[in-house]
Amino acid sequence: MTLEGWAQIALVLLLVVASAIPVGRYVAAVAAGRVTFLAPVERAIYGIAGVDPARGMGWKGYTLAMLAANAAGFALLYALLRLQGMLPLNPQGFDGIAPWLAFNTAISFVTNTNWQAYSGEAAMSYLSQMAGLSVQNFLSAATGIALALAVCRAFAAGGLRDLGNFWVDLVRMTLYLLLPLALAVGLAFVAMGVPQTLAPYVQATTLEGVAQTVPLGPAAFQIAIKHLGTNGGGFFGVNSAHPFEGPSALATALQIWAQQVIPFALALTFGHMVGDVRQGRALLAVMLGYVVVATAIVYAAETGGNPLHLAAGVDPGMGNMEGKEVRFGQALAALFTATTTGASCGAVNAMFDSFTPLGGLVPMFLIQLGEVLPGGAGSGLYSILVFALLAVFVAGLMVGRTPEYLGKKVQAREVKLAMLAVLVLPAAILGFTAVSLVLPAAISSIQDAGPHGLSEMLYAYTSAAGNNGSAFGGLTADTPWLNGTLGLAMLLGRFAYVVPVMAIAGSLAAKPKLAESRGTFPTHGPLFIGLLAGVVLILGGLQFLPALALGPIAEHFALLAGQTF
Amino acid sequence: MTTILRPAISVVVLLTLLLGLAVPLAFTGVAGVAFPTQAGGSLVEREGRVVGSALLGQNFTSERYFHPRPSATTEPDPENAGSTRAAPYNAAASAASQLGPTSEALRGAVQERVAALGGGPVPADAVTASGSGLDPHISPQNAARQIGRVARARGVPEARLAALVAQHTEGPALGLLGEPRVNVLALNLALDGLR
Repeated sequence: MTLEGWAQIALVLLLVVASAIPVGRYVAAVAAGRVTFLAPVERAIYGIAGVDPARGMGWKGYTLAMLAANAAGFALLYALLRLQGMLPLNPQGFDGIAPWLAFNTAISFVTNTNWQAYSGEAAMSYLSQMAGLSVQNFLSAATGIALALAVCRAFAAGGLRDLGNFWVDLVRMTLYLLLPLALAVGLAFVAMGVPQTLAPYVQATTLEGVAQTVPLGPAAFQIAIKHLGTNGGGFFGVNSAHPFEGPSALATALQIWAQQVIPFALALTFGHMVGDVRQGRALLAVMLGYVVVATAIVYAAETGGNPLHLAAGVDPGMGNMEGKEVRFGQALAALFTATTTGASCGAVNAMFDSFTPLGGLVPMFLIQLGEVLPGGAGSGLYSILVFALLAVFVAGLMVGRTPEYLGKKVQAREVKLAMLAVLVLPAAILGFTAVSLVLPAAISSIQDAGPHGLSEMLYAYTSAAGNNGSAFGGLTADTPWLNGTLGLAMLLGRFAYVVPVMAIAGSLAAKPKLAESRGTFPTHGPLFIGLLAGVVLILGGLQFLPALALGPIAEHFALLAGQTF
Repeated sequence: MTTILRPAISVVVLLTLLLGLAVPLAFTGVAGVAFPTQAGGSLVEREGRVVGSALLGQNFTSERYFHPRPSATTEPDPENAGSTRAAPYNAAASAASQLGPTSEALRGAVQERVAALGGGPVPADAVTASGSGLDPHISPQNAARQIGRVARARGVPEARLAALVAQHTEGPALGLLGEPRVNVLALNLALDGLR
């Protein structure tokens, strides 16, 4: 670790927090309908869709509309992928995507996971990338933000019957937040060297006379929304490690900024929407604290290097460089890793599979904590609010009072639903991993022997259920078993989680908003910040420790003992 | 049912037309006018022929050139359908080794590479494969170690090559972001231009 490295990390995080403040306020304004510069486009969409923007929806209506939009998005994307061989904008003449892979990919992009069992430049036509995958990058992020807004509204006032209108929230977040940001960030990426063209791949002849295919495509615009929407699905196979997807340290820093700004901003939006900005700042403090600690661990582990390689004669100066790019350096690789997994993004600028055991443990554990640090666009906010409810419940148990959060009584129904949601992740991750580790058809996908092989499998289901999308890439994921079960894990992680959360929102919205009294437990001070951080760690993380002990932790001790597999 | 299906289908279709076709096509047009070189893949030409992209690494094995990092990219094996064989810097299929830290295969590969470079200590980037398999850069230390070999192969004084490497060493962006590095293709092009 160097001072310059920490200065890079501090600079990027400072810019994230500084921009989250205005963006958070802006999102609250858009949610309240105070931003209208694209009103004619909005009106045209509502008109054709037959939507009355003034009509509010209860939690069931809101959730059903969300499920219908996602089902329609899945159907369209699946059809596009299967049929890409017959459709235009396919200069490389790629065939249609095979059924299991198309199923997995369509679920993956609709659920904001962007797990990829294919390699973009070797499988996807320009049309599939642009009109299929890019569009779901927008819609899945806007879906997450819309759901978060609905949950925020439940806390805003007492006796509410509706949580807003899903179609209006979806369209407004797309038009006023995601689209303008994507255009600006996308243009910056082009200036930095990310291609944006419909021309076919170029055949080059290298200085030594060898043929080299230069892949191209409309990449910059998609990569912009890939980060802003915390989607993470690479245009090219190796994601942001690809020199066209992450051409420079500046580009990688901008990608870190882009994948953090909306989740952090939404924490502050929550404060604005409930009329107490301190509440949003408390959530942001928990998120930021974890990001800094996680970055420090990855940075320390990776700059320490791999002892086996150091013993073989590798100079320790650069740290562990297997799977890393020279232009980014260890500091930006560590920050990218902690932010992409904390934020449910899943883009990578270095290959986790080749990280040291502890460096690889951090991204996996960040996802297992529930994707709340700061979590995905929208999903991070509604998930950390579930933990906030559990935190006040724990605090209430300790002092023997009915817990309240923002003047809303948290009672048995809410706590049961919250626990139901929180248990989805361990059930999906540990359940599918356990089954896969005894199935020959699944074990044959593992590349590395020893505890690292277990980590590869555990990471895959962690990533899918957490809707992250990053991978320990040695796993051969394009098999019917993994395409199918990882697809199911993604569905569970997104929808089995959010339906109980919306039920909590519906139940809380209807309750009266009690005035603060002397007995109210303040939820904006350091005590609550510490309590929430502890609840995330214990309720979110504890159940994964046995599995982690068999994977990365066992591998760490094997490495120290000089054992290879 | 139609109260849900009509908005679901129309919103998804309309936003696909807008965000998936109209906007990206217009954006492609603007990008091509504003930044034609970058939008087209930063292609590098010599004597009218495309020799690669300034951003993508390419393989060099000749003693007369500076060598890039090891690359884990592969290509389909024509003699064995369904399997692949090593093909360093195959830009049509970016890939990393994905080998874990306790992998015997990785340790063996690193040991072999260190030995091939005449023993340690060697800069880490010289003996490890990058995340993309297409890393265009090497560290300045890695370049410095190669100066002697290239100088002998070309019959050029080492001091001249050291100056050329220094000239092609890029520092961190804004003086802070990223690491010092040397673009191998740019350096080797300059090498061919020496007289």
